[in-house]
Amino acid sequence: MSTATSHAEEVHTHAHDHEHEHHELNFWTKYVFSTDHKTIAKQYLISGIIWAFIGGSLSIIFRLQLGFPEMQLDWLRPILGEWIDEGGKLDKEFYLALVTMHGTIMVFFVLTAGLSGTFSNFLIPLQIGARDMASGFINMLSYWFFFLSSAIMFSSLFIETGPASGGWVIYPPLSALPQAMPGSGLGMTLWLTAMTFFIVSSLMGGINYICTVINLRTRGMTFTKMPLTIWSFFFTAILGLLSFPVLLSAALLLIFDRSFGTSFYLSEIYIQGQALPNMGGSPILYQHLFWFLGHPEVYIVLLPALGMTSEIIATNSRKPIFGYRAMIGSMMGITVLAFIVWAHHMFVTGMNPFLGSVFMFLTLIIAVPSAVKAFNYITTLWKGNLIFTPAMLFSIGLVSLFISGGVTGIILGNSALDINLHDTYFVVAHFHLVMGAASFFGLMAGVYHWFPKMFGRMMNKTLGYIHFWFTFVGVYMVFFPMHYIGIAGFPRRYYSFTAVGNDGAAAFTDMNAFISIAAIITFTAQAIFAWNFFYSIFKGKKAPQNPWNSTTLEWTTPVNPGHGNWEGEIPAVYRWPYDYSKPGSDVDFIPQNVPFSATKSSNLPEEDAEIAKEKDIDGLLGAQNESYNR
Amino acid sequence: MFYLIGLLSVIFFALAINVISKSIKLNKSLAANENTGEALDSSNNANAYGMIIFWALGTIAGVWSFMVAKPDFLPIAASEHGLRTDSMFWISMAVVTFAFFATNTLLLFFAFKYRYNKDRKATFYPVNHKLELIWTVIPAIVMAILVFTGWRTWRDITSQAPSDAVVIEITGHQFGWYVRYAGVDDNQLGNYNYKLIDETNNIGIDFTDKHSFDDFTATELHLPKGKPVLLKIHAQDVLHSVYLPFHRVKMDAVPGMPTKFWFTPNMSTDEMRAKLGKKDFNYKLNCTEICGRGHFGMAITVFVDEPEDYAKWCAEQKPFLATNPTYLAKVPDNLKAKASKYIPAEPVAVDSAAAPAAEAVSVN
Repeated sequence: MSTATSHAEEVHTHAHDHEHEHHELNFWTKYVFSTDHKTIAKQYLISGIIWAFIGGSLSIIFRLQLGFPEMQLDWLRPILGEWIDEGGKLDKEFYLALVTMHGTIMVFFVLTAGLSGTFSNFLIPLQIGARDMASGFINMLSYWFFFLSSAIMFSSLFIETGPASGGWVIYPPLSALPQAMPGSGLGMTLWLTAMTFFIVSSLMGGINYICTVINLRTRGMTFTKMPLTIWSFFFTAILGLLSFPVLLSAALLLIFDRSFGTSFYLSEIYIQGQALPNMGGSPILYQHLFWFLGHPEVYIVLLPALGMTSEIIATNSRKPIFGYRAMIGSMMGITVLAFIVWAHHMFVTGMNPFLGSVFMFLTLIIAVPSAVKAFNYITTLWKGNLIFTPAMLFSIGLVSLFISGGVTGIILGNSALDINLHDTYFVVAHFHLVMGAASFFGLMAGVYHWFPKMFGRMMNKTLGYIHFWFTFVGVYMVFFPMHYIGIAGFPRRYYSFTAVGNDGAAAFTDMNAFISIAAIITFTAQAIFAWNFFYSIFKGKKAPQNPWNSTTLEWTTPVNPGHGNWEGEIPAVYRWPYDYSKPGSDVDFIPQNVPFSATKSSNLPEEDAEIAKEKDIDGLLGAQNESYNR
Repeated sequence: MFYLIGLLSVIFFALAINVISKSIKLNKSLAANENTGEALDSSNNANAYGMIIFWALGTIAGVWSFMVAKPDFLPIAASEHGLRTDSMFWISMAVVTFAFFATNTLLLFFAFKYRYNKDRKATFYPVNHKLELIWTVIPAIVMAILVFTGWRTWRDITSQAPSDAVVIEITGHQFGWYVRYAGVDDNQLGNYNYKLIDETNNIGIDFTDKHSFDDFTATELHLPKGKPVLLKIHAQDVLHSVYLPFHRVKMDAVPGMPTKFWFTPNMSTDEMRAKLGKKDFNYKLNCTEICGRGHFGMAITVFVDEPEDYAKWCAEQKPFLATNPTYLAKVPDNLKAKASKYIPAEPVAVDSAAAPAAEAVSVN
């Protein structure tokens, strides 16, 4: 009895001393149903990596078909079973299923959840100086809704009629009518169910990110002192919050059309010898709703990558990011414009051509802030002192891919030119470079850069270099030649090019084979990353506290931060996050929590005036602690 | 084969980097702390050189692959607006290639030039408003010019079709295209209704409309050279998209929402055959909107004829009603007389009323 009491007291005092780290977590609450933003981030990351390998392997299967149309694929039968037909060929409908699921998985499950989910969760509290997200519980729910969504989407790969096959955009009527293709049966139902949960998950995440950034910044962390990563996550969350509900409504109406006999998207359809009763719906309505999310989605995927890249390039150039405010401004511009360019995906859908003109103007405006960002990155490198960590290499790779994929957007955004290029491989090459590969590079850069903070260990640099060079060269080899195939007018989502006619297919046989080989090599090279990642979690070299000599707050936490992130008080912030190589300073970086009064030799004239405000910032400590005890 | 060689060279390049960085690691004192920057120099330099090698090889590969692929891409434009969009495409391509090359060069060159050197300190250069203004305004001006020219072309392409345009209806279905011509008598397409579709009348031609009587259908698309053609596009089941690659024509076919596209073919099939030196060349119409299993094979052959050949071909075609006389039953009584003249005379019928009708058909 007495021992039990004293034990309880001991626990009590112990908990009191470190009230933010120890809550007697068992395995389940620590690693599975955790409310710690860092654990949730890792859950998102590892789920994202698994999804990336699944999504990537699907693309390799259809690249085999495209690159080597004569190839016997019997050896895939143990995995794909009946989807390899009796002739040893890939089933034509399963080919479409592969394309569809590759797109769905990569866009939503890898580059939205895996990227934004991981790094928004991980970095927002750490970089703004918060103990956790505004609501740890909703954050946990967000991950588990994502997990549920993942489980449903994954299960759809194994059903007899196959997963959704109408393209990742699932345009009705194809997706609405089970008689149109087998994938529009149960597979599509599962797709819509999974996406519904996915949207719920991403809304919960997004609300949390926004609340946290607005409310939980540490004392002194004004908006103009926030790292660009946080700005990018903030804008991303706003984009998601405003656009995902529209996708949900599009999906709901589609569910009604599929299951309850409504005609939102269906009209005058004669299929399989039967005239359907549906009248008055419009497939174009769906396209408008879909792309109202679909286009912002591009920036949901891209902005976090750009934000992290800003941070990594500045750190490893040992130079402030060039044009901090212009970077924020251009991200803000992109965020606003992202909502009003969606119909450039629909120039040739029969939409009113006048609307096409309007969207062409708006689309080409968005190229301006994007160009500003690219120029700013390049200028940041100029006269820097560049340290090529794997993260830095991937960031430079991102900038290159962002430019290379972005410039062709100027052509596709021109409605007159889009007539010929729409739905060809030119589009495929364009978006894979600018949003697929660029965002993927951002994801990789982020993993390499923040791995020490996540797991307290370092990843192997040499393997990182090899991984980078294989991936960088590989991505260009896959997607650069694809432009040629697109200019030649090869439509996307074609099982084979036999009907293109006039030996058109023959002209590009070699190039298609080349692309497929390059894709296989690039994909295989990702194993180097997987090995490095999982090995380093357990066996990597122990990380120092601030391995990259970075200025942001996450590096002021212990090497392995507990729940609550900082053991003592949360540090205050006095300066912007980019004081690298400041003239007059004898160290080449000054962390954000170093007051100007301690760096008189390097202060700029206007910064000396900031010294007076330090007292005010310090005076907020009480209020800040108060807010956590409420 | 060329590609394989190119690919292998890149693999060896990557392996070389691997070997270099590994040997650097061995040579360097293992005691060096990763955090001090001292150990950085060699592997850092290897990566910096990688950037410039990538730039050099990438430039060579880019130019070379362009040359190799050039004969096969962007087929010769065979329509009037196609010539316009093609020249705009190449101008835009030149502009973006310049931007692409210049920025990537700067990026990779700076990465190489400003690689870590422990004796140098990075320049603290956080902002330059003038510079930023310049590179905001210049892209904005370039965009404005491109948009303006693009908009003018788009406006012309999507303008109202000339009233003398040849009207052809094209209907997409899983997995093929039905083509219907307005007929030689009234040059007007009759109505259609998806509820009238049956196995024979697979477009759902409405025979209560008198314009339908002379309409004829075909399994291939014939177009007159040098005359504006208005395609009226429908879909029966799911989305499809009409794509004529040589004519730079693309427009979705949407169930329940007719769409259209007009253009002027300016090169006949024969001329294109001569130009390409391929005797068996034929234009194709493909589908570019995913529509199911047979999507990739959903193509028909397109013939662009000299106007007189086109007129001749049209005259040779029999109206739908002529080949399927049973549909006369669907014609309302007040129009029966008009419709009957398209019905071929029964071989046994010799009465005077049927004779002119039979004659008319044969003339047609």
